[in-house]
Amino acid sequence: MSAERAIVFDNVSKFYGEVLGVNRVTLALPPGVTSLVGPNGSGKTTLLNLMTGLIRPSRGQVFVLGMSPNDPEAFARRVGYCTQVDAFPAGATGRSFIRGWLRLSGMDYGDAERAVSEALERVGMTEAADRKVAGYSKGMRQRIRLALALSHRPEVLVLDEPLNGLDPMARAESLALFQGLGKEGLHVVVSSHILHEVDKISDYVVLLSHGYVVAEGQIHGVRSEVKEHPMQILVRCDEAHRLAAGLLSEAHVVEVKVHPDGRGLSVRTRDAAAFHRLLNRVVLEAGLDLEALSPADDDVGAVYQYLIGSDSEAV
Amino acid sequence: MNTLRRRQAWQTVRQELARTFTLWGGLRLLSLAFAPAFIIAAHALQDVHCNLDEETLIIGGIIQLYYVRFGIFFGCLGIFVRLIRGELAERTLHYLFLAPVRREVLVIGKFLAGVLTTVTVFGAGILASFCLMYAHFDAGHGFILHGPGLAHLRAYLLVATLACLGYGAVFLAMSLLFKNPIVPAVVLLFWEGINGVLPVWLKRVSVTYYLKPLFPVELPIEGFLGLFTVVAEPTPPWLAVSGLLLFAALVLAFACWRIRRLEVLYSSD
Repeated sequence: MSAERAIVFDNVSKFYGEVLGVNRVTLALPPGVTSLVGPNGSGKTTLLNLMTGLIRPSRGQVFVLGMSPNDPEAFARRVGYCTQVDAFPAGATGRSFIRGWLRLSGMDYGDAERAVSEALERVGMTEAADRKVAGYSKGMRQRIRLALALSHRPEVLVLDEPLNGLDPMARAESLALFQGLGKEGLHVVVSSHILHEVDKISDYVVLLSHGYVVAEGQIHGVRSEVKEHPMQILVRCDEAHRLAAGLLSEAHVVEVKVHPDGRGLSVRTRDAAAFHRLLNRVVLEAGLDLEALSPADDDVGAVYQYLIGSDSEAV
Repeated sequence: MNTLRRRQAWQTVRQELARTFTLWGGLRLLSLAFAPAFIIAAHALQDVHCNLDEETLIIGGIIQLYYVRFGIFFGCLGIFVRLIRGELAERTLHYLFLAPVRREVLVIGKFLAGVLTTVTVFGAGILASFCLMYAHFDAGHGFILHGPGLAHLRAYLLVATLACLGYGAVFLAMSLLFKNPIVPAVVLLFWEGINGVLPVWLKRVSVTYYLKPLFPVELPIEGFLGLFTVVAEPTPPWLAVSGLLLFAALVLAFACWRIRRLEVLYSSD
């Protein structure tokens, strides 16, 4: 992947005095939705702040679309960052806050006003836009920060826990928005600990623990790398016992559990590809009627549990 | 500075002015600048017989001892320290740093807003005090209209402007160097306060030393303090003005250099 199209961390470390932020991070994030996953203190926000130039690496270099964050004038035109910091200028309304920021960027009043209206509409805040931010709920403040990050149509959108404080409807809308932006070719980098939600939209995941990257890549690829935890696959068919007998003939299948209703199996295998070939053969030879097949732990949550363990606060 | 940067700097000035002139912030600043004018007005209502020399000495004392040593000092402390450090304390600095604006433009815009605010408010306060001091008796009218009154007023306004620039630059630098700039500000207040009794070479490391030759009226040094006062060779006015302007420019350059390296770490601020 060309460095001009990626977000690159080249052996980046960040120390806050003697406290480790992140250590020896080397990443190249492609366009699409990337999720940074890890418990509190794992280094997610540090990585995002490094990516956006709010802090500088103690060692190594960061490049976003080939640009260094040290040149904010060019850099910030292509990058939008929705931070977790829940603070706003005193007395601002949602609209005046975003408009002031766009005017600071150099937009004239008319263009800024149009961009504000568009961003507010995208996050569903048009009606409340002229009220003081101080009177907003937490979810509304979150959406105003998201509108700010989107307002100048960035190519890279960085979101630090963007689902915090949102109600279920707003979460679903936000996830759909992020996914849509990812499909448009934007880089959308999301940090979250709500795994089952980011899992649905992520093209790429980075798992962090104690300042280190413990795994990265497309989620299915990452899952297959976790050799010590065989993959769990759920199968629904008309004769589960016959299917179980056929599947246990190969060594990579390490466990088969038949569901009490006799129509389902939970299989653990060390080689998913070989398992799928085996399943095809057994079903055809035995003339079974296969109803459903789905991976049970091929998601961010499972990988996270296997790699980082139960000390995490992720859900 | 190209058009875009000028526009960005002007928007920074506008935002900073809006930040400063909140209800209570504006009232505090205005009361600091106009307190002497109220007191002078109260006296003017009662005093019928006024002595021109005495009034001239009083207004000279008010501007040297109240405005420069106290009002402008604390006004600048409140405003210039808040420019950057205040944004950190309010956790809003990242919005500025995430905007596509050079950080130097932000600093220059903020500094200009601070200078514009303090010069306007304290200049207006001095103007009001000056007019009220002379406007209520005939000799005072003559002093302003036909005598050296307007030259005195110009000198006082020049002193106020330079004091705002000098103290503003010092406090901006302090806010970028210290997490709590109040302690060094107290040290500076003490230093400026004892400037009169310092040896000549130490006198030169202060704002008031460069402002002193610009005052049109010299205050008599009397009493106990007079025993310790060291009379220094006065700095030529051109050197005093250009020295303070150069100092402000150097501090601004330092602030621009410093802000490029500033990290947004709210937890440690």
